[in-house]
This record gives sequence, C-alpha cells and structure tokens, in this order.
Amino acid sequence: MGTLSAIRKHPKAKWIGVLLIVAALLALPFALAAVGTAWVRITNFAILFTMLSLGLNIVVGFAGLLDLGYIAFYAVGAYTYALLASPQFNIHWPWWAILPIGAAIACFFGILLGTPTLKLRGDYLAIVTLGFGEIIRIFLNNLSDPFNLTNGPKGIWSIDSVHFMGIHFGVPSHFAGLDFSGTIKYYYFLLAILVLVIVVNLRLQDSRIGRAWEAIREDELAARSMGINTRNMKLLAFAMGASFGGVAGGMFSAMQNFISPESFVLTQSVMVLSMVVLGGMGNVWGVILGAILLTFVPEVLRYTVQPVQNWLFGRSIIDPEVIRMLLFGLTMVVMMLFRPAGLLPSAVRKRELAVAEDVD
Amino acid sequence: MSTEPEPVPARAAPILEVERIGKRFGGLTALSDVTFTIGEGEIYGLIGPNGAGKTTLFNVLTGIYHQDEGTLRFRGAALREPTPDRIAKLGIARTFQNIRLFANLSALENVMIGRHVRTRAGVVGAILRDRRTRSEEAAIERRAHELLRYVGIARRANELARHLSYGDQRRLEIARALATDPRLLALDEPAAGMNATEKVELRKLLEAIRADGITLLIIEHDVRLVMGLCDRVLVLDYGRKIAEGVPKAIQKDPAVIAAYLGKPRAEAEA
Repeated sequence: MGTLSAIRKHPKAKWIGVLLIVAALLALPFALAAVGTAWVRITNFAILFTMLSLGLNIVVGFAGLLDLGYIAFYAVGAYTYALLASPQFNIHWPWWAILPIGAAIACFFGILLGTPTLKLRGDYLAIVTLGFGEIIRIFLNNLSDPFNLTNGPKGIWSIDSVHFMGIHFGVPSHFAGLDFSGTIKYYYFLLAILVLVIVVNLRLQDSRIGRAWEAIREDELAARSMGINTRNMKLLAFAMGASFGGVAGGMFSAMQNFISPESFVLTQSVMVLSMVVLGGMGNVWGVILGAILLTFVPEVLRYTVQPVQNWLFGRSIIDPEVIRMLLFGLTMVVMMLFRPAGLLPSAVRKRELAVAEDVD
Repeated sequence: MSTEPEPVPARAAPILEVERIGKRFGGLTALSDVTFTIGEGEIYGLIGPNGAGKTTLFNVLTGIYHQDEGTLRFRGAALREPTPDRIAKLGIARTFQNIRLFANLSALENVMIGRHVRTRAGVVGAILRDRRTRSEEAAIERRAHELLRYVGIARRANELARHLSYGDQRRLEIARALATDPRLLALDEPAAGMNATEKVELRKLLEAIRADGITLLIIEHDVRLVMGLCDRVLVLDYGRKIAEGVPKAIQKDPAVIAAYLGKPRAEAEA
C-alpha cells in the first residue's frame, strides 16, 4: 500500500498511467487475435456500442430525457452510409463525406423526434420514443416499393469499406512485420473516433450547456425561471445524442458491408439503454464500462456455458442461449437492487437516488 | 364591498406596470382587476391572507401563468406571451415560496446556472474550449463566488444545496436569482422559516440589493419586516386589490384590518 500510494503521488504518475493505457489499447487487438479473431470483432462492436451509449447518455444521463427508440438514429446513420456507398444506387462517396452527412441527417431526425415530445416526461416520453424507433425500422422494412430506397427486409449489401490514405480497410495487409486484418484496422479507426466522442462528451458535460441540462434534469421550472430556454436545450440534447448515433451507424455499415432492418430492433435500443443505466447514467466512464461489460459478458457466456455444463453434468442440459439470457436478466435485476445508480454512478445521480430513498 | 381604493402613483419612473390583471382557474377567480405600478428602485411589498392570490400574481409576472385579462408592461414594453425564460432574460428574476434550488448540485453550481442567461458559449465553444469560452467560464465562476460572498454564504460554496440550512437556502436562491442580472427581483416569502437574527440579516441584504439599483417586489407574511422594509405595500384579498400605499397608511386601513389582520388594531402594530 505504502509504495503504491507513493507511486500514485509521483508527479509523472498520471502521464505514465496514460501511456500504459495507450500502449495496452494499441496492443490489444493483437493479443485478442491470438485468442481468436472473433474477439477482435467483438471488441469492435464493444466500441460501437460504447459510442452509442455515450450518445444516449447525453439524452438520458445529462438532460434526463428517457429515450427508448435511440437505435433509430443508429439506423439512420447506417442507412445513410449504405445508400451513399454501395451498388444500391451505384453511388460511392468517400467515408469522410458520408459520416458527417449521416450525423447531420440523424441530428435532423433527433430534432424531428424532440419537437413533438418537448412537453412529455418520464413514461409518456418513453412510449413516444419507443414508437418512433419502431416507425423508423418499419419504414426501412417497407421502403422498397414503389421506389426501392432501402431494399426492404433483404437489406443492402456490398457496402464500401473505408479507404484512408491508401489503406484499404476491407482487406488484410502486412506492415512492420505485423498482420493487420481488416478487423484490426477498423479497431484503430473506431478507437480514434471513440476518443473524439469521449472528449466531446466530457467537455459538453463540463460546460455552460452541460450545466443547463443538469438544471433541467433537477428542476425544469426553476431552470426556466433562471432564463434557460428548456425547449432549445432539450432539442440540443436530442440532436447531439442522435448525431453520435448517426456516426456509429455509419461505422457499422462500413465495417459490416451489409445492413438490414433486423439490426435495428427494439431490443437493441433496450440494450443500449441498459448499458447506460448499468454503467451509471450521467457518468461518461461508467457508461463506457457498462457498454464494454454488456457487450463482452454475453459473448464470454456464449463460449463458457456449454463447456461448463459438459464438465459438470457430462452433457448439455439447457440450451446455452437460454442460460445466457437468464444470467443477463439476473445481472440486471441484482444490479438495480444493489447499485441502482450504476457501477460507476455519477455523483449527482447518486444523490438524486439517495433523496428518492429518503422520501420513501 | 369596500370602495375602490385610489391608485397611488409611483414616485420614480415605472419599471413594472400591471394593469387590470385577471386570472381564473376554472370557476375560481384567483386574480381580478389588479392594477399597480412599481417604480424603479422601490421595495414594493405584496401582502394578503393565505389564498389571496399573491403567488398567482407572481406566477403571472414571471410567465408561468398567462393572465386571462389585463396587460403587463416591463420597462415600458408590453410583455406579450411571456415565458419564464424570456422574462428572466428581460430582467425579472424570482425566488420560490417552497425553495426550488437544484438540490443535488453545489451552491456554487446553482449560482453558475443562474449566469446561463447572460453568457453565450454554445456547443462549438464547449467542445473546442477556445479562449473566449474558457475566459467566459472563468468569469462565470468568479461572478458566482462573488455573489455567494454577497449574500453571505461564501464558505458554503462547495456544499450541496440541500445540505444548507433553511436560511442559507433562501440566501442561495437570492444569489442564484441575482446571477441573472435582474432589474426587478421578485421574492416569494424570503423570510419564511427564518429566525429573528436571520431576518435582521435578510433585511440588510435586501436593502443592499436595493442600494445596488435593483427594484424589489416582495411577498411576505412577516408584518414587521414588510412595514420596516417596504416603500409601498399592496394588499390583496380574494384576488382583489383592497389597499395600496405606504406601510403606515396600510396599517391603519380599515379594509386591511378587517380582511387581513382579522381583528384588533393592536395586532396590526405588533
């Protein structure tokens, strides 16, 4: 303990810590690839879902507006990318043009959802946003006739991969004695975007805008009486959250090369919300932790449930998929009972919950 | 029943002109035909028995309710379809009868939120943290500390609003309202729940605020405080104005004694 705290106090400790984390993150895909290439893919999805969770965190965590249809913005971003970089209309724009367009269109849809729901709170807002998410998905499913925009349930395929300074992200390459598979290249790309998203999140939270959101969450009437234009601030939260979703969606398209409405169902919205709540609404680091855990734990269970059963009983008694979901649900129940503010709660959220308990 | 009281003209240039305001909730008439004018730099008291319509009047003035009849003019301009945020921007700030602080934020953060309406940093500034945003942020924090010192709770800056004592919470609400740079500060029962010493200090604070050029409109039940502090007083009863004038005259007004103080004159002077 003594040495540890002495190390912590060292002035350079912070920078050395940051360097170690950066080094670990850079080496991570190669370590994972050694275990199994599937894990690199899973890690990429963890990063995508972290981006989504951070976007939703702006709406739910910062501004306190419950959104159950968040995946719709992911869908909007994904389809924007797919339509502008695939044989569907034979348009092949570069990624750096499409990602901002996707963010802007998602942002527009965020305002579209936000405007009619400004006066709604809690349960009512949740139902409207849930409906919105479904509308988007159903549209994507049916916009194949009379004019074939989305290709309906069959989805869009052969979506272009990212090309960047002569690097083709769709195919493996060899560099400096290391094998960079497409997945590993995407890992670095996603990581770079994620760092940006985190910085934006942290800076927004600690700003005049972030304080206004906090005020609205705490007491909307008092916030208005202090001159905060709650309408604009709420729309801003929806718009910012949606744009993050749009960027993540675009990356999803580029990485998968194939998308269909099936990827944007309600359970995905619920999953992202669970990540935010489990990690700790309003706390950027908590939300990141939540997203990583909820992406990885089910995958780890997928690979362990079967062998453990075999080892215990000599055969597989229960379908692994069933146990996986059971454990998942159980974790959520236990979490909400014992750590309702999340794994890494935001200080303010924790206090809010404590007050709620005092009142009970 | 009583004869319509003669309007008392404000001495200074008017800052707020309320003309024949009426407000109904269903069949209940909360305000009816209320007219008065507050002069720049005045301390204007609003009294009346419980349910007289004082808080309703406050809510109309601050854009929370819309009047059914009548007009409001602030600094010469009519307030059309006011919303609370627009009212705050125009320069009327308020506190609440049942304290509405951002309870889970620190005292300092509460006041910093009050600066929102007078500052400009947007999303781009927040993300890029350019020099202007940083200096604005620093100015917000400096001003918030200043205001906490001004109302006398500088040492509580980092405590949560809900951990403050009742009296300090009322002061914090005043500091938060002052952070919006108001021309008119509307206080809804600022002395409620305060002990005698705190009331004396509150009075000093309110006088200091007036000396700084801010007009005050105060709802208060503490008769001694109202009579000692206010330049003029308006008395409401059942949503109607029953008297307006200097405290001395109000204390002797028979309609007021009958409606508000109920019975003996001795109590009115207590």
